[in-house]
Amino acid sequence: MSIPSRMAGGLTRRRFVARVGAGGLLAALPHPSQALATPPGVLPPAASATWNLNVGRSRIEIDRKSLNAPCIGGSVPGPILRWRQGDTVAINVTNGLENEDTSIHWHGIRLPAAMDGVPGLSFTGIRPGETFTYRFRVHQSGTYWYHSHSGMQEVQGLYGAVVIDPREPAPEPCDRDYVILLSEWTDVAPSDIVSNLKMQDDYYTFRQRTAASFPADARRAGGAIAALKDRLAWSRMRMAATDISDVSGIIYTYLLNGHAPEMNWNGLFRPGERVRLRFINAASMTFFDIRIPGLEMLVVQADGNDVDPVPVDEFRIGVAETYDVIVQPREDRAYTIFAQSEDRTGFARGTLAPRAGMAGVIPPMDPRPVRTMIDMGMGNMGMGDMKPGESMKDMDMSGMPGSGGMDMAHGDMPAMGDMPMPKPAMEVDDPGPPPLNVENQNVAMMPVDRLGSPGDGLEENGRRVLTYKQLRATRPGADPRPPTREIILHLTGNMERYIWGFNGRKFSESGPIRLKLGERVRFTLINDTMMEHPIHLHGLWSELENGQGDYRPYKHTIISQPGSRLSYLVTADVPGMWAYHCHLIYHMDLGMFRTVIVA
Amino acid sequence: MKGALLVTALMPFLLAGPAWAQGSGTHYVAADAPSATPVAYLGNMPPVMDQDRYFHGILDEFEGRYAPGGSAFRWDGEAWYGTDYNRIWLKSEGTVQNGKLGDGDHEILYSRAISTYFNLQGGVRADLDDGPTRTWGAFGIQGLALYQFELQATAYVSDRGRFASRVEGSYDFLLTNRLILQPQAEFNLYTKADAERQVGAGLSDVDAGLRLRYEIWRKFAPYVAVTYAGHLTQGRRIVRDQGGETGTLRFTFGIRSWF
Repeated sequence: MSIPSRMAGGLTRRRFVARVGAGGLLAALPHPSQALATPPGVLPPAASATWNLNVGRSRIEIDRKSLNAPCIGGSVPGPILRWRQGDTVAINVTNGLENEDTSIHWHGIRLPAAMDGVPGLSFTGIRPGETFTYRFRVHQSGTYWYHSHSGMQEVQGLYGAVVIDPREPAPEPCDRDYVILLSEWTDVAPSDIVSNLKMQDDYYTFRQRTAASFPADARRAGGAIAALKDRLAWSRMRMAATDISDVSGIIYTYLLNGHAPEMNWNGLFRPGERVRLRFINAASMTFFDIRIPGLEMLVVQADGNDVDPVPVDEFRIGVAETYDVIVQPREDRAYTIFAQSEDRTGFARGTLAPRAGMAGVIPPMDPRPVRTMIDMGMGNMGMGDMKPGESMKDMDMSGMPGSGGMDMAHGDMPAMGDMPMPKPAMEVDDPGPPPLNVENQNVAMMPVDRLGSPGDGLEENGRRVLTYKQLRATRPGADPRPPTREIILHLTGNMERYIWGFNGRKFSESGPIRLKLGERVRFTLINDTMMEHPIHLHGLWSELENGQGDYRPYKHTIISQPGSRLSYLVTADVPGMWAYHCHLIYHMDLGMFRTVIVA
Repeated sequence: MKGALLVTALMPFLLAGPAWAQGSGTHYVAADAPSATPVAYLGNMPPVMDQDRYFHGILDEFEGRYAPGGSAFRWDGEAWYGTDYNRIWLKSEGTVQNGKLGDGDHEILYSRAISTYFNLQGGVRADLDDGPTRTWGAFGIQGLALYQFELQATAYVSDRGRFASRVEGSYDFLLTNRLILQPQAEFNLYTKADAERQVGAGLSDVDAGLRLRYEIWRKFAPYVAVTYAGHLTQGRRIVRDQGGETGTLRFTFGIRSWF
């Protein structure tokens, strides 16, 4: 909390409550979606090249939590924008807020930097009463989304889906097409959440290991001594193995297309139809694990780009990622779309049904994950708690030339795996192991390749769960050049002080990352923290090096798992200032943000 | 003096990072190294606000203490305002017993974050209560020690050239996620006796408690406790000679709250 901003927020709120009074009837409707032209989740009938979006605050109540939410057209989420690949779109965004700037960022869209919608980097924001016209040619197709990049408007409801029709018909034709946009809802002010986390980092965590949970832990660990040892090890590190999500279902209601679980969003189908579901994680702090009991999901697209279909029972979606899946319900019954938060403190839910108003069976939530020494970057040498999906041979063999002293120390084994060996001439920006200081709590001594792991809490759960290794683009990458430069970045943070950053520094203490126009760069992320971070690079594709050779999946947001090392390639082909950050909004705002300058 | 020595002796252990974390001669280049020419953000709008100031206060102890020999009321709290690195801290504690305010200790400190878990603090302490007033310069550390012990260790030098030290620690033992057992103790050491303030040379007094709180809400937790306030060594003799209570175990009710 900054005191001035809190005061400003208070004033705004009062003023708006007064103003909404007369027209409050509409704003107080239980279904935030009713102001929309089409029902939530349903695509507009056709693509359009011109859109008018009015940003304002409306009093919206969901799950008995009332909020004067910044949003578009009085609805949360905002309207689904349907564009056509190849069109030049014009989006007129009018700021109807009383005394705050706004902005819309087109997440994952390739466009000129001036159209990216980040105040300070792309433009100077949209002032109250003003209209800004975003105009750019749409080069890509697929599922994306938009959100505000001003203050904390995104947290409170200023977000929505973008669907871009491909010029060629989609490779997987479907009878029905729904957007499934996941998000959170709370009446706690974002400034209060940050302030609470600064005072007590586990403020929203009520799932810690306690004396009461010791017998269960002991059973799982195979003895009281082992359980005690594990607890002492974590305690000695001054960290908590139960630290999964910083903000939890204690205050969040998880939404599916703006619907709380009991509102039960419905998507209709006729048995036997193929249904495309476009999942978007528009939450600010929550990863979701998604499944539809009784249905196999065919993953056909990740972050807007087609991938070879992967049949799965479940997948994890990081904040800001998108996945398109196809399901084919054959029975005449209701199927539950079940999206539990990674920390298992709540879930979003909707129903695919042959008739409106049906409700599927809601499955129980899984046990919450517990972090292990792998998450701490101790590799597989830890407390004997090797995770499935990671084996010794996956261990990061960083014997690459010039990739840093620390890694060399344990990298005297031969290099394995399918990571291409870089050319010896490659320039490497290696910051070295991050310092242990005010802003950094841990150094991953032995970061491992976790692309083959579906993520903490999903390993060996008896279901087929998607992993990053399975993503294979349907066409080879556009830029066949090998990288000429590697940028190694450590993801760092101090949970106790609630400070986040890269290389042991927060944003305000760091310089920009400069890329030469046209440069081909490998970004290598080493996650020294014990949490997942969805890392988003604006404006340029991140081509994940996941062992698929030339068929690397193109992504805009990449989950870096705790204690892991991964890399992706970037072609710096659009000049300008671009944002590069963790998409957990409170991590971003407290320092895990860099400016990338392409010139 | 002892206290000051203790603090000094503890510091290397509390503050130093492992040697391997320091540079080892390899040439490292960070792509995001601080730059001499700051980025010119459009409209001078930095994209994120990671330098905000925060304001919090906590009353760890706000309690009535009951014993056949006499009851007491005690508070112990602190507040801070500032950024990640630089903060102003206020600390205050005191005990009301037999209608008199004793053990009144109030500090205003500048606090600087110096390591992952510790802050260096320096400022002024005033002993303000119904006894004679003393003022001290204060210098110490505050933070989270290994195994998640909350720790404060402060050395004081008085306007009369005397030294003192206080060490305070506590630990949260989670019975459940809301029911928390907290052992806590505070020890005061002085280099010279000060009979008017019931202070003896050496380890002078202790105030300890075993508190069981229930966090109805994070910021509001009623508790029951047993507390002990007593004088030790020379301090004990001074108090006994004055006919005061040398040490009492009391049954205690209180509320822990913060904002």
